[in-house]
Amino acid sequence: MKRTSVWGLLAVLCLFAAGNPVRAQESLRLTGSGATFPFPLYSAWFKAFSGKHKNLTVDYQGKGSGAGIRDFLNHTVDFAASDAAMTDEEMSKVPGGVQLLPMTGGEIVIGYNLSGNPKNLKLPCDVYAGIFLGKITKWSDPRIKAANPGVALADQDITVVRRADSSGTTFVFTTHLSAISEKWKKGPGAGTTVNWPKSDKFVASPKNDGVSATIKQTPGAIGYLEYAFAKFAKVEMAQLQNKAGQYVSAGGEGGPAALAAVQLPPDLRAWVTDPDGPKAYPITTYTWMLFYKENKDPKKAAALRELVEYCLGEGQKLSPQMGYIPLPPNVVGAVKKASASIQ
Amino acid sequence: MSVLPLPGIALDQRVSRPPSRGDYLADRAFRALVQGGAWLVLLLLGWILWEIGGKGAVGIRDYGLGFLTSSTWDVGRQQFGILPHIWGTLYSSLLALAIGGFFGVVMAIFLTQDFLPPQLAVVFRTVVELLAAIPSVVYGLWGLFVVVPAMRPVAGWLFEKLGWIPLFGTTLSGPGLAPAAVVLAIMILPTVAAVSQDALRLVPYRVKEAAYGMGTTRWEAILKVMLPTAATGIFGALVLGFGRALGETMALAMLIGNSNQISLSLFSPANTLAALLALNFPEAGKREVEVLMYAALALLAITLLVNIAGEAIMTLASRKAKA
Repeated sequence: MKRTSVWGLLAVLCLFAAGNPVRAQESLRLTGSGATFPFPLYSAWFKAFSGKHKNLTVDYQGKGSGAGIRDFLNHTVDFAASDAAMTDEEMSKVPGGVQLLPMTGGEIVIGYNLSGNPKNLKLPCDVYAGIFLGKITKWSDPRIKAANPGVALADQDITVVRRADSSGTTFVFTTHLSAISEKWKKGPGAGTTVNWPKSDKFVASPKNDGVSATIKQTPGAIGYLEYAFAKFAKVEMAQLQNKAGQYVSAGGEGGPAALAAVQLPPDLRAWVTDPDGPKAYPITTYTWMLFYKENKDPKKAAALRELVEYCLGEGQKLSPQMGYIPLPPNVVGAVKKASASIQ
Repeated sequence: MSVLPLPGIALDQRVSRPPSRGDYLADRAFRALVQGGAWLVLLLLGWILWEIGGKGAVGIRDYGLGFLTSSTWDVGRQQFGILPHIWGTLYSSLLALAIGGFFGVVMAIFLTQDFLPPQLAVVFRTVVELLAAIPSVVYGLWGLFVVVPAMRPVAGWLFEKLGWIPLFGTTLSGPGLAPAAVVLAIMILPTVAAVSQDALRLVPYRVKEAAYGMGTTRWEAILKVMLPTAATGIFGALVLGFGRALGETMALAMLIGNSNQISLSLFSPANTLAALLALNFPEAGKREVEVLMYAALALLAITLLVNIAGEAIMTLASRKAKA
């Protein structure tokens, strides 16, 4: 029994030794790193893509947008991904140029935990800005009650849960708050980490999962997190008032409507800070993949273009069921055109 | 010393003989290996200090001592200060040491002073040591899902009845100092218990016998003879445990609430240096890395100071005991 297995192992090793030189010539490995926010979707895409192309594997590591950009600047990856795109200064450091391609969109939701689990709590703009500024501290606040007639709101402290680590999610959320609230803009401002109001009712947790767990464990909690995480953790999500004054819930038509409301510039870098339109969900964002315009290996460049092609085509069909927003058709066209510059 | 030839045994059959060349070589090699190992540890420490110090030097130059005494951490406006983190680190670790240290030493006494049949004591010891094998993240989750909900009503009651005491000045909303300290105490328990047990076991049996012989009760023997004799070792256990508490990261990052404020209240959220480092490094920009390295140096300095202070107290205590 033992002997057979040893022989079997040897045979397998011989096969590997014989097969390797041939495989090494044909197989191609693409590595990427960056944003964790679209990680579930990207890993599903890359798995499907690698399955279709026998001699092509794509590895993606969700390290965070900042880390992805750093890897990209150090040339340790073939592509990267970022929720905050790239700044002009960062882009100028890449010889040959960078091609930013928006790949999918996502929504940031405001999750809450209230006794009696009221669904679809309505939050006007000034109210949720006030809560995150630490100005509205009770669930029984008249402004919350006014927006939610018929919902029993107890005289309970609001505990705000925020991200403890620096993250693209915080960037998108605070950019939106800066757009709707002058006080927020002058106070904490926008960034991947900001200086939050000091209060013992503000707590922070690491990562999207940490925030969802803390919200679920804390009665009276409210916090922001990515839609897909909230959906799978079954956190109650608030309906938010948009620029047109309508209350919109996440996960429906609101996301695509918000993306469609924004005109993309030629470099495909645009922020959906406060979208117009009655159906638009207010806190929506694109998330980008970053590519080198000049790749050393033409085969790699071709493979990368093929990858983009797949993500734009079949990949987009996967987006809605995983909690992401498919790109509007005109954006798909623009991205496809732009991907030709990956050489 | 000359060797007397024993009757009936030829010279080359004697048990003792001068070391051969091979013995010498092996001896030298072993010595070199051990010395090399010891130096390597020192070199490693030096290298780590060099790396962190080198990267943190810019932060020290630009922010100076004000970094240690201000309490704003605002990346956008490039203002950094770690006073709340230093406060939280020391507060949570001291609390954890008070709880974990007490239970650790008590457990060590229970397991070494013949309270249990030896077989059962082995089982207990293994279980306590198993606590050390649980990953930090699991402790964090356990804290979030078990300790926090269990503690909330108690905290609410204390706040209502004794809210005028600053220690109970706020309610516990979710994560906070108290649950973090409790989980931290459980995490340092195995270290304190194991090292204290060794210390107690090292006390010669005849010391205890002598104490009984002089007519002490069991409690007197334990409290007045065993514990003072093992004090050095037990104190070492506490310093080790405190060191572990200072550097603990993931469980604290999940439980302490990561809020930059200084509050005496046990139930308000706080922050620690280790959590700050762990949470901000992955996405840090250049300037942030510099100040984070500065914060890391501050953490190192705190740990060093704690160890030196422990050492000093030990020396003083033993000198007094001898006098």
